Amino acid sequence: MKLENVLAAKGSRIETCALTDTVRDVIARLKAANVGALVVVDGERPAGIISERDIARAIDGNTDVPSLPVSALMTHDVVLGEPGDDVAAVLDTMTANHFRHLPVVLDGRLVGIVTTGDLVRAELDTLRGHVVTLEDQVMAGGAE
Amino acid sequence: MTGLPLRVALIGAGPAAFYAADHLLKQAPSAEVDMFDRLPTPFGLVRHGVAPDHQKIKSVVKGFAAVAGDPRFRFFGNVEFGRDIDLAGLAAHYHQVLFATGAQTDRRMNIPGEDLAGSFPATGFVAWYNGHPSFRGERFNLETPAAVVVGVGNVAIDVARMLSLDAHELAATDMARHAVAALAASHVRDVYVLGRRGPAQAAFTTPELKELSELPNVDLVIDPAEAALDPLSAAELERANDPVLRRKVELIQALAGRPLAGRPRRLHLRFLVSPEELLDDGQGRVGAVRVVSNELVASGTGSLSAKPTTRRETIPAGLVFRSVGYRGVELPGVPFDSRWGVIANTAGRVCDPASDETIPGLYTAGWIKRGPSGVIGTNKADAVETVAAMLADAAAGISLHPSHPTAAEADAYIGSRCTRPVSFADWQRLDAMEVEAGARVGCPRVKFSSVTGMLAALDGEGGPPGN
Ligand SMILES: Cc1cc2nc3c(=O)[nH]c(=O)nc-3n(C[C@H](O)[C@H](O)[C@H](O)COP(=O)(O)OP(=O)(O)OC[C@H]3O[C@@H](n4cnc5c(N)ncnc54)[C@H](O)[C@@H]3O)c2cc1C
Ligand SMILES: NC(=O)c1ccc[n+]([C@@H]2O[C@H](COP(=O)([O-])OP(=O)(O)OC[C@H]3O[C@@H](n4cnc5c(N)ncnc54)[C@H](OP(=O)(O)O)[C@@H]3O)[C@@H](O)[C@H]2O)c1
Repeated sequence: MKLENVLAAKGSRIETCALTDTVRDVIARLKAANVGALVVVDGERPAGIISERDIARAIDGNTDVPSLPVSALMTHDVVLGEPGDDVAAVLDTMTANHFRHLPVVLDGRLVGIVTTGDLVRAELDTLRGHVVTLEDQVMAGGAE
Repeated sequence: MTGLPLRVALIGAGPAAFYAADHLLKQAPSAEVDMFDRLPTPFGLVRHGVAPDHQKIKSVVKGFAAVAGDPRFRFFGNVEFGRDIDLAGLAAHYHQVLFATGAQTDRRMNIPGEDLAGSFPATGFVAWYNGHPSFRGERFNLETPAAVVVGVGNVAIDVARMLSLDAHELAATDMARHAVAALAASHVRDVYVLGRRGPAQAAFTTPELKELSELPNVDLVIDPAEAALDPLSAAELERANDPVLRRKVELIQALAGRPLAGRPRRLHLRFLVSPEELLDDGQGRVGAVRVVSNELVASGTGSLSAKPTTRRETIPAGLVFRSVGYRGVELPGVPFDSRWGVIANTAGRVCDPASDETIPGLYTAGWIKRGPSGVIGTNKADAVETVAAMLADAAAGISLHPSHPTAAEADAYIGSRCTRPVSFADWQRLDAMEVEAGARVGCPRVKFSSVTGMLAALDGEGGPPGN
């Protein structure tokens, strides 16, 4: 299964913020959209990603975190996925490297974001699909 | 969500629609379901996709038939959305409409020569051998000794197997009789199945490969060099610690290099090769396929993709099937997301792709919701997710606002749009005729493969199935 199969039923909205936004703007967006991370965009190009975790870590210090520009806290070297990437491989990488949100690009343009939760569910649904298929067959008396 | 009247139209009669109907009828005692299919026959790809020699899996339709036995369920076959009925008409008669129309077309390879004579989508071949009425007129040049199947999904394996079985093996299945006759006369003896990545990325499942390796008249040929894992795949296999994947790779490697038994047919399972061009034989037909060897490279996400090397070879073959995936088709008036080939939706609620706003009363499930992937049972959780949204919306008063929300008014509408809707009882009569015709010739069923033949048989004027 590929990332595009996960994106297909996720609608078209992608929660983003601009490179020039402040952390305060970001917190408001995270709350309003009820998501854990925003893709930071520079035009159509993803320039980074900022998560609740990035903000929580920064709050630990004593600077005026909400007034900081998003670029001060965001992950700059953001890993980007492509629609044709295999879900299983991506999930392994995200788990091993401890990140939970993956922006997906097609020809350099942002087309979606997937979370580890989305991918775990997709893998689970695949496995359950095989179980249901086998069970339906057995219940119908069609299996050997 | 108990007392409210809830009349629902389901468009499509494949697994997704039946799982949705089942859940709706169980969860909402007041729900009434009218299911439409453009074909007179129900069950979608279970009838027209699943391979004819896989009868056991087709037994899932018994569960679907039980759903159809509910008095709150009606089937209208031979009624096509977009041709006979439309969104405005449905909105006047139903509170909710669920689209479960599957993936009706194929993806392309986008390489030169793809449109030469002799190059076909697997979708058309599958529909033809399974007796889909829209495909019975297809012709495939089976006079060639070698065929190429591009892709290594389960559909590619089905296609390769159908090209490799002997006439008596095919005749014992419910394959359309026209296809049995054509394949019995086939000259194809070598089938090349081309995977662009390695064994650890093959999309087919292990039982399907095992079946290929056990065909009595076929030598399965796998090059040990192509079956060996490159370092990236080996690391991936190690890290994933997935026993299902490991078993698949082990089987591929165990089969590789097995001595040929001199059987009359050969099935060559290739890895790390991509077709670059279909070559013209000088008469506008495919004569050969030029393929390039690939190596695997990892992207930032760790997913491995194929990168062409400079090594090329030419495989002579007069017949090419691309089995690189199905694709959904846009329905009139229903928002479509062309990037993924699906109805634009958020977890089954149809939405406007520009604003992402959901459209009240419209829903989707199955392959047209999430793309052409997954086995029959995968559509169950998918349909249940959508039905949960439908019931939540209905309880919140979000629905279409039909001016004629009764079964009788829906009947009048359908009757005014379609001259001969086919009921579930009609289908059961066709089913009985098919099974009976099969019993006479020693196969599970002889399929009707034309709509006129089915309608004539129902009205007592037709010949037996197979016409
Ligand atoms: C070749 C092939 C073999 C397969 N083999 C297996 C297998 O062995 N085991 C397994 O578990 N899974 C198998 N699958 C997968 C399985 O068939 C799918 O997961 C499943 O059928 C998808 O269900 P669906 O309801 O979304 O679509 P479909 O099954 O495609 O059903 C869609 C229905 O909608 C109807 N329709 C389309 N357009 C309209 C319209 N405009 N108006 C009215 N009706 C319309 C179609 O006629 C069709 O009946 C196979 C798939 C393929 C392609
Ligand atoms: N017996 C069964 O249970 C059964 C039978 C039939 C179908 N099904 C199910 O139905 C679904 C659809 O099956 P499917 O076979 O159509 O799809 P699939 O499993 O997605 O396989 C598609 C294949 O095409 C390859 N491909 C895609 N684009 C390509 C290109 N441009 N060039 C070369 N190769 C390309 C893919 O390789 P990459 O991976 O490299 O992209 C993959 O090997 C699957 O979930 C399948 O399991 C099940």
